[in-house]
Amino acid sequence: MSETLETVLRLAGVLVAFLLVPLLVGQVEHKAMAHMQGRVGPMYAGAFHGWAQLVADGVKFVQKEDVVPAAADRMVFKIAPAVALVPYLVAMLVIPIGPGLVGQDLDVGLFFVIAVMGVGVVGSLMGGWSSANKFSLLGGIRVAAQLMAYELPFVLAAASVAMAAGTLSLTGIVEAWNPWWLLWQAIAAVVFFVSGLAEVQRPPFDMPVADAEIVFGPYTEYGGLRFALFILAEYAGIVVLSALTAVLFLGGWRGPFEDQLGWLWTLLKTMAVAFVVIWVRVAYPRLREDQLQRLAWQGLVPLALLQLAITAVGAVMTA
Amino acid sequence: MNWPGKGLAKGLAVTFRQMTRRSVTAHYPDALPELPPRTRGVIALIEENCTSCMLCARECPAWCIYIDSHKDVIPATTEGGKDKTRNVLDRFAIDFSLCMYCSICVEACPFDALHWSPEFEYAELDIRELTHEKDRLRDWMWTVPAPVALDPGAEEAKEIGVAEKAAERAAAAQRVVEPVETTTGDLDKLDQPKEGDT
Repeated sequence: MSETLETVLRLAGVLVAFLLVPLLVGQVEHKAMAHMQGRVGPMYAGAFHGWAQLVADGVKFVQKEDVVPAAADRMVFKIAPAVALVPYLVAMLVIPIGPGLVGQDLDVGLFFVIAVMGVGVVGSLMGGWSSANKFSLLGGIRVAAQLMAYELPFVLAAASVAMAAGTLSLTGIVEAWNPWWLLWQAIAAVVFFVSGLAEVQRPPFDMPVADAEIVFGPYTEYGGLRFALFILAEYAGIVVLSALTAVLFLGGWRGPFEDQLGWLWTLLKTMAVAFVVIWVRVAYPRLREDQLQRLAWQGLVPLALLQLAITAVGAVMTA
Repeated sequence: MNWPGKGLAKGLAVTFRQMTRRSVTAHYPDALPELPPRTRGVIALIEENCTSCMLCARECPAWCIYIDSHKDVIPATTEGGKDKTRNVLDRFAIDFSLCMYCSICVEACPFDALHWSPEFEYAELDIRELTHEKDRLRDWMWTVPAPVALDPGAEEAKEIGVAEKAAERAAAAQRVVEPVETTTGDLDKLDQPKEGDT
């Protein structure tokens, strides 16, 4: 009985985190981006500096009509937002924020998270294909091309940490983490972060939704709640990516007073990485499709391979 | 010195520095804007100055000024004299849905009946409400700011020159008259009964 209760509590915790943290990141994006551009961002919703802006947006989205284009593949069109969103929920289930503070501690946690994050992209591809719209289709194909290009350096960079730690368990990786890994795994950290950005289609890698040329890519035909789900998936993706980067490369809950404040360290590191995601969005222009592919194949993949070699040498020397 | 990623770091630095500065957003409905003097917000009318000469309505490129007037006859004050006529303003309206804020009417008015007011919050839900009749235009007059002070060393306004000259002339005439009063015996004699009276 108590085991069931504990499972329910853990699942509820993950669900609450899944619903709240992306909103927090979204609000930070609203305000940080505004101030980086010399604006103030939302000011009215919720009366204090627009803290309730995203709640208001959510209410607005719920009220809107659910339109499915006449020529669309109805079934696929309707399922796509869920396919995009649920994988991130599942991924959050296995990311630890403290020793034992995890939805479900998997021995192959790293492998699982990366596999599941790849599925999320399929949701965008489905939306792009089923919309019966040329912009959506172009966007969907760009999503696919981007996934193909960036999944490889993403996995290679993650594999480097797994090699260094000698385990695929996320908890195990944090336990094996050492501050000097910041230097040893620096290349992997950068490659992981950059390809992760591309995987969740964040600027400057938002070619699939490049609004100046293909309207809104795979999400062009979506409106109302389904569109909101796609946007939520984007922010959940940021949270998962930031949490993964924090856990794999920044030592998760390791830090001063880690026995009491471990979870706080994980959250702080996650938010710091999420802030960098937003920061990068404001600072850089969008990459062109060919630049995007060149960066992946000629830049990130060789770097990731180099890191693998460095990790292998280090692992053999220290073993 | 150039190193790889320098441009990228610079981009991040620029955005971060901007974030630490105050934003430039004007918080309009909460804080009213500081408008420059001579802001063209709305046109105000001093009805008393208007002679219904129609110059403004004719000069208006948008044809947005409507003037109706009639002539009142003022009977002659002296017997056998000629009756005078006077223009009376019946209607003066400006349609701000047509007005293009060119200020030509204000320039054209020879009697300073039209003035710019900086008020700008007169949006309406019905376009017909944007035609302000003369009582409303008169009310705007209360919001017209005093004229801006001249720049130091600037030429005085023409009216002031004219008034000063007139005053000087009057003073000069006084000075010319006074010595005549003291030196001429006839006038002295004439004055004496007065002194006796008082």
